[in-house]
Amino acid sequence: MNEGRRVVLRSAGATGALVAALAAGLLKPERALAVNWDKSAFRQKSAADALRSIGAQDAEKSGKVMLDVPEIAENGAVVPVEITSHIPGTTSIAVVIDKNPFPLTSRFSFEEGALPYVKLNVKMGQSSDIRAIAEANGKHYVAMKGVKVTIGGCGG
Amino acid sequence: MARPMKIRARLVGDYTDIRVLMAHPMETGQRKVKGKVVPAHFIENVTVKVNGKTVIEAQTSQAVSRNPVFAFRAKGGAKGDKVEIGWVDNEGERNSLESAVD
Repeated sequence: MNEGRRVVLRSAGATGALVAALAAGLLKPERALAVNWDKSAFRQKSAADALRSIGAQDAEKSGKVMLDVPEIAENGAVVPVEITSHIPGTTSIAVVIDKNPFPLTSRFSFEEGALPYVKLNVKMGQSSDIRAIAEANGKHYVAMKGVKVTIGGCGG
Repeated sequence: MARPMKIRARLVGDYTDIRVLMAHPMETGQRKVKGKVVPAHFIENVTVKVNGKTVIEAQTSQAVSRNPVFAFRAKGGAKGDKVEIGWVDNEGERNSLESAVD
């Protein structure tokens, strides 16, 4: 979408072309619906940058963050990940897959009434480390495990 | 067209086990069909409410598997509690569903 827009902008030159593009539905107005999506964090392309973008670059290794993933994933399109944080006061859990094109996969915020637990399926392009990052009292704690992928899940 | 969802919420000891399935293509924007990139189309936000109160807010990327399935846990709970889960994707499409704990 954005790349398409750049091309249009570069080639347009005149506002007339822009108006025509708008009318043709090529340019959608910036959506205002998804209010809470951290685009800059999700667009980082290295694990280090993704961690920095969520403030977890100095995350401390912790045995209280339980990360359950398969050692070998036959299908990278569906890799089950289960995370429980036993750190009191955990307010969020993030999942980072180091070697994915965009390492930050998801981030879960837990309010009063929720247990810091989540299970989901993720896509992995290739064998990689997976990190579960729990945030509690302004500090970050991490658990990391490697997953071997035999068939990648990002190219389709 | 609303994409179908399913929720199962069950009381398990001292917590409520919440499972949700959402039909969604979760296109990464990296896949090509006949040399043309299929545009990214994925759920960005998921909200879980119990009896009207938000307990979990999630941000998700294209790296969540197609037709996402999530399991969450809510403290305590009782049979008949209302669990409502909603999602919004990067194109502004949305859906939500309510179910009762059993």
